[in-house]
Amino acid sequence: MRATVLVRPKEGILDPQGQAVEEALRHLGFHIGQARVGRVVDLEVAATDPADARAEVERMCSQLLANPLIESYEIELEPA
Amino acid sequence: MNEAPRIAVVVFPGSNDDRDAAWALGALGADPVLVWHAEPELPDVAAVVLPGGFSYGDYLRCGAIARFSPALGAVARFAAAGGPVLGICNGFQILCEAGLLPGVLRPNVSLSFICRDVPLTVENAATIFTARCEPEQRLTIPVKNGEGCWFADPALYAELEARGQIVLRYAEPVNGSIGDVAGIVDRAGNVMGLMPHPEHAVDPLLGSADGALILASLVDAARDRSAAVV
Repeated sequence: MRATVLVRPKEGILDPQGQAVEEALRHLGFHIGQARVGRVVDLEVAATDPADARAEVERMCSQLLANPLIESYEIELEPA
Repeated sequence: MNEAPRIAVVVFPGSNDDRDAAWALGALGADPVLVWHAEPELPDVAAVVLPGGFSYGDYLRCGAIARFSPALGAVARFAAAGGPVLGICNGFQILCEAGLLPGVLRPNVSLSFICRDVPLTVENAATIFTARCEPEQRLTIPVKNGEGCWFADPALYAELEARGQIVLRYAEPVNGSIGDVAGIVDRAGNVMGLMPHPEHAVDPLLGSADGALILASLVDAARDRSAAVV
């Protein structure tokens, strides 16, 4: 399966990168509220069963892809 | 026995202060030994230093990948057995990611790389890493990092403060660290991480020799440990 992991700075966590992007966008004349910057990890997972794939990607997130102190994550799955 | 205690300096791909750390430890009476990160065991040493640099290019999050190095497993076992471990800059980031120290290091609030001497206050002079310092002593030691902003949530921070685990604070705002924290120890007191670079401040010719107080404290602890083991 293909997995997409979206990692975001947790709500309430100061995100200086997001603030810099926000300011730059305003500078360009866009009327925006808050901007936050996270990261995307695209993965190919060997598991074919969605539940197995999700469980495996969950483990990847908790062990490496996100730091639970400051980041939250979302997993999206689709057939390869 | 008063031989120079052996201290391992772990070298990761991307470490760049490993030799500076080894040089400084040698100058302060230790026998430093560089240990490649792929080694699954540490040689017979009395202390470990994780040096500064950009291990694995700081990919993902700084320190996040280095924590899976084989040597880190050995360092964790060494620490669990009470061995003194000092993480400097990237070494501090690795120790946090590995869960050997609380909190996490994040991009500086200014988003800029900060490279300058900073004033520090010794908050806890009763650790093995600050034994040569006076309580509330003012030190000047350089920082050089882009991600030195230490973060812990309010509950964790209050807990660390109450237990005396905050060892060094910046004496002026530097990077947005919670509580201006520059260095902390673990609960047992034998693992310390700090963002400033003591190995770059061991000779007055370089502007300050205050870093020697921290590294020489570590060398003392290593010497005590080798004497106890023998």
